[in-house]
Amino acid sequence: MNWNSPAEFFAMGGYGLYVWGSYIACALFMAVEPLLLRQRRKNALIELKREIAARKDNET
Amino acid sequence: MNGMDNRLINWFHFSSPQTFYPLAGKLMPWFAVLAALFGIAGLYLGFFVAPTDAQQGEGYRIIFVHVAASWMSMFLYLVMAFWAALCLGFNTRLSGMMASAVAPTGAMFAFLSLWTGALWGKPMWGTWWVWDARLTSELILLFLYLGYIALQSAIDDPRRADKAGAVLAIVGVINVPIIYFSVKWWNTLHQGASVSLTKSPSMAQTMLWGMLLMALCFWMYAIAVVLQRVRAIILERERHAGWVEHLKEVAK
Repeated sequence: MNWNSPAEFFAMGGYGLYVWGSYIACALFMAVEPLLLRQRRKNALIELKREIAARKDNET
Repeated sequence: MNGMDNRLINWFHFSSPQTFYPLAGKLMPWFAVLAALFGIAGLYLGFFVAPTDAQQGEGYRIIFVHVAASWMSMFLYLVMAFWAALCLGFNTRLSGMMASAVAPTGAMFAFLSLWTGALWGKPMWGTWWVWDARLTSELILLFLYLGYIALQSAIDDPRRADKAGAVLAIVGVINVPIIYFSVKWWNTLHQGASVSLTKSPSMAQTMLWGMLLMALCFWMYAIAVVLQRVRAIILERERHAGWVEHLKEVAK
């Protein structure tokens, strides 16, 4: 075990800013990308349904 | 012989958007789960098992994300160029879509590689950035990704956009070996490879495993998001195709 207390863990031996700055940036990007993709898929489906509905309206 | 034939047929079976779309949807959650498992294991090793470094103290722990992001940024470029080459050579729709699905994730990892590198460089070298060969060539990699994305979005016809982008992607491949060997070819501030194929690694076993697990985590993550993005691209581009109408997420 490397750490005796949570405070020690967060301090990272004085390198806290650099270590957490790296890990938080990675976590943020890798959390936001899937969310953006979910939104993109949702928009694509909305667009698709609208087009199909319009096409069916034209047929009748 | 017979078995091989079957495999070939199966590969081609999934080379159209219509057949690949459901396959990608089935595979995606598995890669997401794998990414989470490798991530938990890698973070545990990286923070709780791997010992403090003799020279860099706890600051070296940036390595677990820095190396993984850097590897993925280079590897994804090769993957993108591979699909781009198929797109140019065989004019298949799906390969162009795959290439454009890889680019944003590759750009993200190139950026994260530079970002974590800057945060590592500041305490260890005393500077966020130097114009040395390794850092500069990685920055060029980011610009190649961004250039590819910009070029594609500037052309309205998606298939022409794919082809123009493919040429850029293939020409840019030359940069990948330059990044990889830059620490050997030039005198750089950046340290040499921590892991090489020819000699045993120069680091503690647990550090090495932490690094490999994080690399696997990022790899599985990349596969999951690329599959998800290519599904969105298929829906956007194939909206006039009949099969899309019969998808259960569209029909209801």
